[in-house]
Amino acid sequence: MLSRVADSIYWMNRYVERAENVARFVDVNLNLLLDAPPGMEQQWEPLVITTGDQKLFQERYGEASADNILRFLTFDREYPNSIISCLRSARENARSVREVISSEMWEQVNAFYLMVNEAADQGLLSELHAFFPEVKMASHLFAGVMDATMAHTEGWHFGQLGRLLERADKTGRILDVKYYILLPAVTDVGSPLDDLQWIALLKSASAYEMYRKSQYRITPRGVTEFLIINREFPRSIQFCLIQAEQSLHQISGTTSGTWRTASDRALGRLRSELDYLTIEEVTERGLHEFLDDLQVRLNEVGDQIFADFFALEPL
Amino acid sequence: MLFNAYDPGDFYDELFVSKGHPRAEAELLIRRVNAMSLVQLKQRQQAVQNALFKLGVTFNVYSDNQGTERIFPFDVIPRIVPGHEWTWLEKGLKQRIYALNCFIHDIYNDQKILRDGVIPRHVVESAPGFLKPCMGLKPPGNIWCHITGTDLVRDRDGTWYVLEDNMRCPSGVSYVLENRRVMKTTFPHLFAAMDIAAVDDYASQLLETLLNLVPETLINPRVAVLTPGVYNSAYFEHSFLAQQIGAELVEGRDLVVSDGYLKMRTTKGLERVDVMYRRIDDDFIDPQAFRSDSLLGVPGLLEVYRAGRVAIANALGTGVADDKLTYAYVPQMIRYYMDEDQIIPNVPTFICEDPTQQAHVLAHLDQLVVKATNASGGYGMLVGPHATEEERQEFGDRIRANPRGYIAQPTLCLSRVPTLIGDGLEGCHVDLRPYILYGQDIYVNPGGLTRVALKRGSLVVNSSQGGGSKDTWVVNSVDPNAQLPV
Repeated sequence: MLSRVADSIYWMNRYVERAENVARFVDVNLNLLLDAPPGMEQQWEPLVITTGDQKLFQERYGEASADNILRFLTFDREYPNSIISCLRSARENARSVREVISSEMWEQVNAFYLMVNEAADQGLLSELHAFFPEVKMASHLFAGVMDATMAHTEGWHFGQLGRLLERADKTGRILDVKYYILLPAVTDVGSPLDDLQWIALLKSASAYEMYRKSQYRITPRGVTEFLIINREFPRSIQFCLIQAEQSLHQISGTTSGTWRTASDRALGRLRSELDYLTIEEVTERGLHEFLDDLQVRLNEVGDQIFADFFALEPL
Repeated sequence: MLFNAYDPGDFYDELFVSKGHPRAEAELLIRRVNAMSLVQLKQRQQAVQNALFKLGVTFNVYSDNQGTERIFPFDVIPRIVPGHEWTWLEKGLKQRIYALNCFIHDIYNDQKILRDGVIPRHVVESAPGFLKPCMGLKPPGNIWCHITGTDLVRDRDGTWYVLEDNMRCPSGVSYVLENRRVMKTTFPHLFAAMDIAAVDDYASQLLETLLNLVPETLINPRVAVLTPGVYNSAYFEHSFLAQQIGAELVEGRDLVVSDGYLKMRTTKGLERVDVMYRRIDDDFIDPQAFRSDSLLGVPGLLEVYRAGRVAIANALGTGVADDKLTYAYVPQMIRYYMDEDQIIPNVPTFICEDPTQQAHVLAHLDQLVVKATNASGGYGMLVGPHATEEERQEFGDRIRANPRGYIAQPTLCLSRVPTLIGDGLEGCHVDLRPYILYGQDIYVNPGGLTRVALKRGSLVVNSSQGGGSKDTWVVNSVDPNAQLPV
């Protein structure tokens, strides 16, 4: 498969997944605020902090008001990680590999883009409560269409790799949002408000029902464990890493537990560390520090994939 | 009755003999449309446009720096070509392509036609499309123009003419295939009741034409389509065709010449390309051999090509036949190589480098169409009767300054087809571009792309200049007792 094509399929999936996750973590905040008692200060800045793009935000908007942040994350065409920009990039990538992906995939990503573009043209922040669920559903549709219509060969595995690495990264960031929101009010731990917040967090990762089935009571420890090291829930970090590693092995032709490329090694090592990780260790190190480090490691995996498969130079 | 008010006027109308009298092949179609209300017809038109937009059947406009895509406007009323006329056109096109291929092969090899004085040597050698580095080239089977889109028009009296040959990278065939796909869902009953020639085997024919270029000893040859990239106006088509024939769609940056072969960068290292269907003009294809500022091509490609280690369709150098001065000599080519008379005539052409003809052209600029010999796509032309005095002056100066660069033709009154404009049906001028493949045999896809000038009265049908398209039905027979929805 052409390196450029593999690269495009990988990024097309990353961008769709990224758009979905931006919708998720903005949505969770919107929901949290609805439940917040009157008089409690609105927490919007943490959203920008978790994206890692606060500098850009400050340059473009200055004040961290709810409207500014919502606009920045959803409809800002100049900000490369906004939902509209992600979709534009996903579509551009899809357009450059239309002959490789199925027509249905193209149609879905095109329709998705047109939907978001229309919303961005209207730019109504008041409609966002309806918009975010639409974005999530469109992203699921895309993933489902890809799974059901594209041959599960090399290109498909590159797509999976992109989607799963992006999801692992973003589940980490969604957890981090909670960390920032909690930070000013450590005394709230265990209060009904705290409980609501954890529920909202689970819901933002579509994890609430599955969590209840696995362990009834909602505790901070249980939630972090569920979203980081659960092996069966499809948005948990470890689940993503296991699946991503399987796709990577299909691509590089090595068996699990062995490696040939640097990406095999980086991803395999990270996955096996999480295999033996306990949630106590995470708490001991500090959740935020753990997630920070995880993001760095995931970025390294991404860089290695680029070097091993996409950046081929002739001898 | 939507067609009640329709008046073909003093034009050749492809669907009507005269007001209220449809041509035999069009009768069912007219009956079907007459059974619809304007609202229904508009809804279908809208549904088709939406379907095309959703499919992403779009083109980019060069002058539009927003990089926005537009759908090539599509009109639901098809153009009909009667079967017997098509048989004749097909024969004429095969003849023309055969002769042009002989010509291209000849001028890059023995140059017999030049030595025998049938075509003046300087006509060929001064054509910008004539590529010296291709001298002595012998492509597989001596075939040069594998894929051609020839533009045909019909004048007021119904006479067919060949308007121009497109032998470099003719585009538009994807619209033929996609238009047909949506039309079948728009008028299913008509397709059942009329024997309309299918167009769908184009992709298979194209693939065979390309595979015909590899030696039989090569197993699992790799076919690639070379595109300038997503921002090219015809990108949709490049991607569509690659998908339909299962070829890799590559850009210049994916390719590299290594160990004497053309190779592409893959996730598993460099892999060979055996046949390349290129959709990039000659000038840009190899910055070492041609335009050094090209970022689209592959350095060193020409050498690999000359060594016969990659086949390219169309062959490099075919652009010489697109030159409008070369065009003027096609009747002589047919006579010279085939000893036949030309079947489909050329439009009478005045050669501006001939002093007598130039004088005639300059004196009749208000009646003639002047075309730059090396331009296409409706660019660089003057439609005399529609131009201002100033524009005519300017073109006159240009002709005097560079007589080789221009030809002139009488202004044809292009035939018309009823088209949905605003709230009614109006006659709009059309041309026809059939697609011809030269593999083991010469194959002509039945019908072709009907381009329609959507600006009232306009004669320019190019997509870049406000044109649209229609489905083209080659109709062999019609079931007169067909039951249509009322």
